[in-house]
Amino acid sequence: MRSGEPLERRAAITGIGQSAIGRRLGRSELDLTLEAGLAAIDDAGLTRDDIDGLSTYPGGGFGPAGFGGPGTPEVQDALRLRLGWHDGGMEGAGQSRAVFSACLAVAAGLARHVLVYRTVTEGSAQGTGGRQSLAGMVGGGRGGMPRFGGFMQWSLPFGAVSAANWLAMVAQRRVHEFGLTRVQLAQIALNGRRNAMHNPKAVYRDPLTLEEYLGVRMISSPLCLFDCDAPCDGSTAVVVSHRDYAKDAPNAACHVHAIGTALRGRPSWDQFDDMTTMAARDAASSMWERSDLTPADVDVAELYDGFSILAMVWLEELGFCAKGESGPFVEGGTTIALQGTLPLNTSGGQLSAGRLHGFGLLHEACVQLRGQGGERQVPGAPEVAVVANGGGPIAGSLLLTRGPS
Amino acid sequence: MIANGPPIRLLPRLDDGNRFFWTAGAEGALRFLRCDGCGQYVHPPVPRCPYCLEATLAPAEVSGRGTVHSFTVNHQPWFPEADDYIVGLVTIAEQDDVRLTTNLVDCDAGEVTVGMEVEVTFEHSDDVWLPLFRPATGTL
Repeated sequence: MRSGEPLERRAAITGIGQSAIGRRLGRSELDLTLEAGLAAIDDAGLTRDDIDGLSTYPGGGFGPAGFGGPGTPEVQDALRLRLGWHDGGMEGAGQSRAVFSACLAVAAGLARHVLVYRTVTEGSAQGTGGRQSLAGMVGGGRGGMPRFGGFMQWSLPFGAVSAANWLAMVAQRRVHEFGLTRVQLAQIALNGRRNAMHNPKAVYRDPLTLEEYLGVRMISSPLCLFDCDAPCDGSTAVVVSHRDYAKDAPNAACHVHAIGTALRGRPSWDQFDDMTTMAARDAASSMWERSDLTPADVDVAELYDGFSILAMVWLEELGFCAKGESGPFVEGGTTIALQGTLPLNTSGGQLSAGRLHGFGLLHEACVQLRGQGGERQVPGAPEVAVVANGGGPIAGSLLLTRGPS
Repeated sequence: MIANGPPIRLLPRLDDGNRFFWTAGAEGALRFLRCDGCGQYVHPPVPRCPYCLEATLAPAEVSGRGTVHSFTVNHQPWFPEADDYIVGLVTIAEQDDVRLTTNLVDCDAGEVTVGMEVEVTFEHSDDVWLPLFRPATGTL
């Protein structure tokens, strides 16, 4: 072990699990979480008695209905876990914060096997009205209209009510600075759909053409419906273990090589210094600072596509192409295809596989490194995967390797 | 049809820290906190200047001029029966790292460009004066 080795390198993902996934499953978030969690524990060759750490993003009580998933106390109690360490919450380096903290807990000896999960039931919670409903906010009642503080006071009065609006302005700025076109942006959605057709769990698997993309309704220009991910129900879980266990795990462990957690600009959707990158810039650069690997070493990229534009930002900030060049980079779609030089969002991403909020991408990175991708397996036995989560002022990234690094 | 904003204005909760900002429009003024020491404008409001860390911030009027840093035309019916409206991100003329999320008004979506010069106008709603921006007319 060389001096100064990043502590997260002592961690490895030894188990992965996923519940049923669907637009609206009508099952409780705890039910889905237990399905995914038990699958991950079993996949790691462990039993619940081995699990001594538990973490989630964000957990109970955070965000709108269906967003937070069950808190760690609920899951701990449902599995009667005896924990050395537990953590949940929303503030941190994106959805991956739950994984990052688990890595550090393992490295610190606070736990040996941490069950990390992310559960959403946004599909059911939003009902058939999709994301349209602000009914809860504007429903009136005897108290009159609610008032808003914090960041929301600077945004909601102007009808900028969703990340769709905030990130549309990131996209529009990139149209201005870099000449981004809708045909280029479409490649993120089209690539995701092509890959989703090989993923039995993906929520959208019908073919999608460029013509359909260009013809669909706008949500918030220049972002159209197909630039926005699909709310769904589902839970994803992984077991983060000390790397000492990796050799005993029944499935190939995915070793944590480096994590990217920096946030050097202002933590704000509208005051960040560079609106074309926002926090992805800092997360990506801080990840590479902790590694001797380079972008050329990456065999598969699972980049957050809650909105298509975010995957474009990550492509640049992670160094797969120069700043402003992601449009030409994805043009035609061959570079980012399964057979391309940088296979991207191989299970369909959130745009087609469903909004599992970063953890679907993490799960898929492990599937690919293990060589378990089936029809969507990236050829050539990928050894290095990058996972990027988040967008706007919230971002984290992660390098995983097959085998210890 | 482009509206000047959403059909329902979700309003800020006024307190001693933000009241000056949200009510300055009653006098037709756009005000931000400005540091008496280092001269920087600061937004959103905080108790101390984040540049020099002195508690020397006081509301100061700005020209109301700005530049469109980015924008989006909202089509999604977040609100029932909403017409399309334009959300803008405007940088104030006085300092290029102070921005407001706002609505761009009195113009068509096709007219709006990044870099367009705009000027403030206010929409009064209850006890709040929302700063909106329209294409700039003439010079100061």
